[in-house]
Amino acid sequence: MTQEELDAALAAIPYVGFLGVKFELTDGTVLARLPFQEKLIGNVHLPALHGGVIGAFMELTALMALRAAEPLRRQPRTIDVTIEYLRSGRPVETLAEAHIFKVGRRIANVRVEAWQGERDKPISALRGHFLVEA
Amino acid sequence: MTDPEPLKMQQAPQATAIGMTSAPGENGVATGTLPWRENLVGDPSTGVLAGGAVTTLLDHICGASVFSALSPDGSREGVQSIATLDLRIDYMRAATPGKTVTGRAHCYRVTRSIAFVRAIAHDGDEADPVATVQAAFAVNRGNSA
Repeated sequence: MTQEELDAALAAIPYVGFLGVKFELTDGTVLARLPFQEKLIGNVHLPALHGGVIGAFMELTALMALRAAEPLRRQPRTIDVTIEYLRSGRPVETLAEAHIFKVGRRIANVRVEAWQGERDKPISALRGHFLVEA
Repeated sequence: MTDPEPLKMQQAPQATAIGMTSAPGENGVATGTLPWRENLVGDPSTGVLAGGAVTTLLDHICGASVFSALSPDGSREGVQSIATLDLRIDYMRAATPGKTVTGRAHCYRVTRSIAFVRAIAHDGDEADPVATVQAAFAVNRGNSA
């Protein structure tokens, strides 16, 4: 999949536009970016990004990584996700990367890490199962 | 990170942006709704809401249920802050396009530092859910107990 094809697929998904997520294809891997916006905040006192937004961002990262890796299949669908919250999400850009652990005939297992600033201090991690029928 | 005042019931910007409502209940229960909206759609070929939008609703009401359990009178005294530790969502089926998703969370167990929550999301019939949730929260109490 080329960057143009990835951008076209993303532009068609309204929720991607709502969150403001961008994906970059480099060396065959997908790097996801979530630029900061005030509307992404969950706790105004800290302030901190909403936990649901961080989870949604990582889930989208997993789905787009699967589409980029397996472009001939139907749009993948989430079966289950487990989201671990490690550090508070500050009001800055968040990055995420997916690692496709295994793709079977129907089910894929994907892991995602999200970080801000330092790659080795992730703010959150996700692992999930996705339906990837042909 | 500390806030000496009891946490105000201020609507989170993301909750407003996504168009969700949430209401604390009694005995550790909280409910919320997420009306269908075009800019929250995840699959344009079907109009189904993105899983992430449902995740946001569920994370939000799970947190609200913890507050409901920790301070039944709504004052939030003694609770400095809470933070999601772990959130597991199982998707039974896609939410019906056009329908409002309703969520109900129940914080069923609280220890000194952890709160445990179960939640369910449906689009009209709780016996036919869209998603079920299991979550754990870290609780930071304001008092010295």
